[in-house]
Amino acid sequence: MTDVLVEPEVASDPLAPVLKIECLNVDFHTIDGWVRVVDDVSLVVPAGTTVRLVGESGSGKTVTSLAAIGLLPPDTTRVTGSIRLAGEELVGASSARLSRRRGRDVAMVFQEPRRSLDPVFTVGYQIAEVLRRHEGLDRRAARSRAVEMLDRVGIADAERRFGAYPHEFSGGMCQRVMLAIALACRPRLLIADEATTALDVTVQKEMLALMNDLQDELGVAILFITHDLSVVAETCDWVNVMYAGQVVESTAVDRLFHEPRHPYTEGLLAAIPDPQRRRLQAIPGVVPAPTSWPTGCRFSPRCDYAREGVCTSGAIPLEPAGGAQLTRCARHAEIELKGVLA
Amino acid sequence: MSPLLVANGLHKSYPQGRSLWGRARPAQSVVRDVSFHVDRGETLGIVGETGAGKSTVGRMVLRLVEADSGHVSFDGTDLSTLSPASLRRMRQRMTMIFQDPFNSLDPRMTLRAAVREPLTLHTSLGGAEKEARVRELLERVGMRQDHLDRYPREFSGGQLQRIAIARALAADPDFIVCDEPVAALDLSIQAQVLNLLLDLQQERGLSYLFISHDLSLVRFLAHRVAVMSQGVIVEQGTPEEVFTDPKHPYTRALVSAIPTPRPTRVSRWPAGFPAPGPSRPATERRSR
Ligand SMILES: Nc1ncnc2c1ncn2[C@@H]1O[C@H](COP(=O)(O)OP(=O)(O)OP(=O)(O)O)[C@@H](O)[C@H]1O
Ligand SMILES: Nc1ncnc2c1ncn2[C@@H]1O[C@H](COP(=O)(O)OP(=O)(O)O)[C@@H](O)[C@H]1O
Ligand code: SF4
Ligand SMILES: [Mg+2]
Ligand SMILES: [Mg+2]
Repeated sequence: MTDVLVEPEVASDPLAPVLKIECLNVDFHTIDGWVRVVDDVSLVVPAGTTVRLVGESGSGKTVTSLAAIGLLPPDTTRVTGSIRLAGEELVGASSARLSRRRGRDVAMVFQEPRRSLDPVFTVGYQIAEVLRRHEGLDRRAARSRAVEMLDRVGIADAERRFGAYPHEFSGGMCQRVMLAIALACRPRLLIADEATTALDVTVQKEMLALMNDLQDELGVAILFITHDLSVVAETCDWVNVMYAGQVVESTAVDRLFHEPRHPYTEGLLAAIPDPQRRRLQAIPGVVPAPTSWPTGCRFSPRCDYAREGVCTSGAIPLEPAGGAQLTRCARHAEIELKGVLA
Repeated sequence: MSPLLVANGLHKSYPQGRSLWGRARPAQSVVRDVSFHVDRGETLGIVGETGAGKSTVGRMVLRLVEADSGHVSFDGTDLSTLSPASLRRMRQRMTMIFQDPFNSLDPRMTLRAAVREPLTLHTSLGGAEKEARVRELLERVGMRQDHLDRYPREFSGGQLQRIAIARALAADPDFIVCDEPVAALDLSIQAQVLNLLLDLQQERGLSYLFISHDLSLVRFLAHRVAVMSQGVIVEQGTPEEVFTDPKHPYTRALVSAIPTPRPTRVSRWPAGFPAPGPSRPATERRSR
């Protein structure tokens, strides 16, 4: 790929988002030929905000975020559309340019903290290494910054713990270390892919609070990916709901729970266990695989509101549904959906 | 009526292997003095952090793991006194559903064979009766007849978990240990499986030991809740007692960490910030 030179957007525009994805498509080369797994995804992450990307497994969340950080294998993937990180276009950019972006402008933490850390190096060394590589700090400076970071992410006795190995840390502590590594070079955007999923609820709560505090302090924008609807409302500003490779609803977090505008969102909310009710409302059927996405609305085989024709004939666009809320439902104007909060 | 299942003073520790110098490490105690009971038709929920010992307790109850000390009695019979043959007979009445539906079924067995197996093991039904029972069970869990000759790889997680439930029901048990039965499933599918468990309980008066790390789930479907931490039950009670008035500090921490669907901070979304906009350039839009 050639390194297309793109003028970065004027950095002084306060409303210029840190991440802006427009009409993103990702296709994978598989034994069945090219298969589209992310289809027409658009989302924005303004500076200093937290945006959730929520959806069931296989809906395309991870692939979307890997595209945003330029980590998809180039030989078996085809990426089209636009991904602008701090104003710079990443689609079509060279791998050298992408790796310069990583670590400096954007960093990522994953679900399995233990697997992301190298077991043979001390946790302190792994943080210091990032600082030396990206910031060009010398050993002493890198070490003291690393200790500072460990302390900042809530590792008690950071000076002594600098020399600890990952196996000496619990899952929650490993995730804090990952956060320290990710934030060491003060990226503008942090992508957290299921970063709290493997943690106990009490530890998860601490992590969410920590990310909130670090955002206050560093102004970092966060794209937080989860399949768990229950953590969506925690310290979050905007939610994108994904289903079968598409964003189907995009809204401020309170409106998601008060006034969902997509039947899938309504169904997810109704499936949350509620001790006031003795039965759960289940969405019938299963999530379709990318190779068997229905034509028209992808949710139509499972949707109570589906109508032959309007829902099943052509691709459904993501459209405004009052205010800044967006929905990908052809019938959103005629149907009334229920939220969970009065 | 006496409770269906009583666990009394269960202990379990595991040897830690040897240290670098060949000295035996002290055994790690993973369950200590755990006692509870489950009534007929009742669900006892067990919640707690990772490694708290929940699964170990579930397995000890069925004697899939032998307790170091303590007793489990089922319908008045002390399981530890049973001969292997009588234990096998007792197993017909108590069974287990595991977390990972992808690994709990033999990949080489068709759906029919998978549900037939426990029938062969625990009943003396003839071939035709067995076939009828297989069909009845699969229909009950919402699988179709044309699924009968398919293999596990052709099913989704939620379907596999329903098949696992059909297998568990085959021998017509009274009691099922459900160890994180929906943890591996997507939210929209979880509800299907949970509703099935609730309906079956109503129909057959089943008792469940329901193990989960998900408090809102346990709160939803358990009649009583036991909270475990570091091998010990720190608190037991009705969901109301445990969730609205937790007594133990660990329970309090756990309850206060339950995520709520209510936004927890003032939105930082810039006022008037342009949302991503309609998804396709107007020219590409379909005409309605
Ligand atoms: N076969 C075994 N050998 C050695 N240690 C074991 C064995 N099985 C369990 N343990 C240990 O016993 C403790 C309790 O494990 P258990 O699986 O019962 O926890 P749990 O509460 O079910 O946790 P989770 O929520 O992660 O499933 C853990 O520290 C575990 O590592
Ligand atoms: N490297 C790959 N090659 C082919 N298909 C892939 C690859 N990575 C992911 N997929 C497929 O893309 C879809 C979306 O996956 P993913 O983004 O990981 O979903 P999730 O929303 O669970 O994070 C899935 O159907 C998955 O099987
Ligand atoms: S477009 Fe039709 S099928 Fe799709 S979500 Fe809306 S009402 Fe349901
Ligand atoms: Mg993922
Ligand atoms: Mg377990």
